[in-house]
Amino acid sequence: MINLETPKKFRMLVEQANHVAREIFRPNSRKYDIAEHAYPKELDMLAALLDGMNDGGGSEGAGAAGVRRDATKDEGNRNSSNLSTVLGVMELCWGDVGLLLSMPRQGLGNSAIASVASDEQLKRFDGRWAAMAITEPHCGSDSAAIRTTAKLDGDHYVLNGEKIFVTSGERADLVVVWATLDKNAGRAAIKSFVVEKGTLGFDLIRLEHKLGIRASDTAQFALVNCRVPKENLLGDPTVNVEKGFAGVMQTFDNTRPLVAGMAVGLTRACLEETRKLLEQAGVVIDYNKPANVQSAAAAEFIKMEADYEAARLLTLQAAWMADNRKPNSLQASMAKAKAGRTCVDVSLKCVELCGSLGYGEHSLLEKWARDSKILDIFEGTQQIQLLIVARRLLGKSSSELK
Amino acid sequence: MNLRRDVMGFGLRILNRFAGAPAVDKLGLRKSSEKAIYQASKLGFRTASAAARSFGSMQKLVRPARLPKNSSNGLFDLTPSEEQVMLREAAQSFALEKLRPAAALADTACAAPAALLKESDDLGIALMGIAEELGGAGSERAAMTNVLVAEAMAQGDMGLAVACLAPSAVSTALSLWGNEQQQAQYLPAFTADNAPAAALAIQEARPLFDPFILQTRAKRVADGFVLQGVKSMVPRAAEAELFIIAAQLDDAGPALFIVESSVAGLVIEAEPAMGLRAASTARLVLSDVKLPSTALIGEGAAAVYTECVQLSRLAWCALATGTAQAVLDYVIPYVNERVAFGEPISHRQSVAFSVANMNIELDSLRLLTWKAASRAERGEEFSQDAALARRLCADKGVVIGSDGVQLLGGHGFIKEHPVELCYFDLRAAVLMEGVFLI
Repeated sequence: MINLETPKKFRMLVEQANHVAREIFRPNSRKYDIAEHAYPKELDMLAALLDGMNDGGGSEGAGAAGVRRDATKDEGNRNSSNLSTVLGVMELCWGDVGLLLSMPRQGLGNSAIASVASDEQLKRFDGRWAAMAITEPHCGSDSAAIRTTAKLDGDHYVLNGEKIFVTSGERADLVVVWATLDKNAGRAAIKSFVVEKGTLGFDLIRLEHKLGIRASDTAQFALVNCRVPKENLLGDPTVNVEKGFAGVMQTFDNTRPLVAGMAVGLTRACLEETRKLLEQAGVVIDYNKPANVQSAAAAEFIKMEADYEAARLLTLQAAWMADNRKPNSLQASMAKAKAGRTCVDVSLKCVELCGSLGYGEHSLLEKWARDSKILDIFEGTQQIQLLIVARRLLGKSSSELK
Repeated sequence: MNLRRDVMGFGLRILNRFAGAPAVDKLGLRKSSEKAIYQASKLGFRTASAAARSFGSMQKLVRPARLPKNSSNGLFDLTPSEEQVMLREAAQSFALEKLRPAAALADTACAAPAALLKESDDLGIALMGIAEELGGAGSERAAMTNVLVAEAMAQGDMGLAVACLAPSAVSTALSLWGNEQQQAQYLPAFTADNAPAAALAIQEARPLFDPFILQTRAKRVADGFVLQGVKSMVPRAAEAELFIIAAQLDDAGPALFIVESSVAGLVIEAEPAMGLRAASTARLVLSDVKLPSTALIGEGAAAVYTECVQLSRLAWCALATGTAQAVLDYVIPYVNERVAFGEPISHRQSVAFSVANMNIELDSLRLLTWKAASRAERGEEFSQDAALARRLCADKGVVIGSDGVQLLGGHGFIKEHPVELCYFDLRAAVLMEGVFLI
């Protein structure tokens, strides 16, 4: 039975998340935008609440760990943790993207662990806050080009290299670090390692000053002969050229819909605020009248709303497919591409429509227009998503369609 | 009576018909229709409307036969039901094996081959929208199923799909809003073997046309109504026996009227366009057309007319989705096979990214349309969803059509490839009002 509404069983969760966004995120939005690098201590209490939501069976999981594809088998349509997580993320990012990214124990590293960790690792890292370290000074999108190395030495891997743009790097307990076992073996040799903060040779170099999402810390690390227990390697330790990148890349099929969900939430925030301001200014938005006989602002608003709804439904589709264990690389990238560009376009257009009211710091529109840009960059840029989508549609390899 | 099982049986009957059909039929034009076709392609050619059969009440209804609302178990789900899959596959086979090969000729002729229209009638798509007690096959409101069928049909050719599906707009409208007398008088003909051509006429020819502000007027007189005005882009108007026509009712607002083609004062004027040519579009010129008081649908309620406009907009979104899918399905092998500078052009990002964006926006359009249609069939408010689907269709459908032609280069501009047809048809999908309902 085709139905694209928010599942009834998640309505309570969505309401709770919206409550958090409204009562905790929004009132602190401007404070931590100004106080960059200050720890949003209001979130500690909240994180405990979210942990409770995860443990309570009713919600079927929320937060970063919700992306794990469990092995239970039942027939028929499933609405499970991928959907509930993405719905929760949409609400929270309607509140504030930076604060969502600062939520303790909800890092992308947690999603990576949830996606590919063994049951033993899952248990061992349970309740810890995990950040994700992929990017290096010389490479971003081309993650196969990373130079951080991992060499097996007895019971440990020895890591050497440099990592930048690590979200929550300062605040997290663990950092999932991508490193290569063999620089000559290409993608297949890239593995992810869970590095505990405080490990000798793992040093935080500095925190970035950013255009937006300032509530979230972005760290740079140096790894110098950093020894990591070998059981901290996530997934299969063998270099299997056949399977290649599959292990580490699988995380993205699960996390891209989450980032798309962040963009969807922020877009809705912009649209709601703009609608309020436009209506106060006397603009009438009529869904039955043809666009061309309405005011330009009303027509533009409906156009933005159409793109928003498209991004939202593509995101729900990708998460729903993950819940039903259908391969969703294509849909995850489509959702990320559409949501990423939509949130940038909409947030900037809303600033334009609201004039100096949108541009000034009296309202949050200007902040959202700064926060939005990263959502079309991290977790795979717009261009990378289009490459992935095009390769899938055209049946091309990465060497054919570069 | 088990309604579900009956619908399933109906789907199987359709599937069975297809299993026996030869892969591709040569669809010749019958000699007798050649004259009509010539006329349809000649701009402004005027003809009397078709002689209508006598629509007599064959049965009495105590109350109108409405299809009940559909229901949902509250879960997010993008999987069509088994019945929907069967109907979609049947429609898709018909579209690709019958409509597609006939499209170019029908476009030139400005008419759909009669044999093809008969075959389409035999598919029984219109029956889904008519309750069983009136001889139909519907057990519940099936807007979502209609969307899937329209998508599939438009994958063959939008012009022919419109020609095939247009009559169902009239039967659907009567099912949804007709009273017991109107249903008993007109609906049985649509479930009979020789169903009439029929059309829903809302569009008027003027810039910035708004379907809620009509220049066609209906004046209430002692024994009924008098209609005056011109409707535009009405499919298969010359052969239609029955119309539903939108007109401004005195000062009350727009309303829908049943008009039999044999009524005095109704003239059909050919109006071929850049696309949808296979649907033989024409104008209806109404000069002092007298209608009985029983002609008014839904007592002229504003909600009825609004829902009609919204359902037709969604129908166009569904058609556009199918046509956009056809463009993409044609473009992908083309850019993979076409070699320039020593490699397939699909190895260039400028080409590949166009293809990626076509698919992203196509999937977006499909999801928006599905959401609105599934709300409609559950009887939930869907005006905002319908508006957003139409907006996206306007912004992206046209781009998909344009990019399709662009990626084929010069080959996109010549009639050898079906992409140029899609280009024109996608343009129509967002300026048209009425014609087809889901």
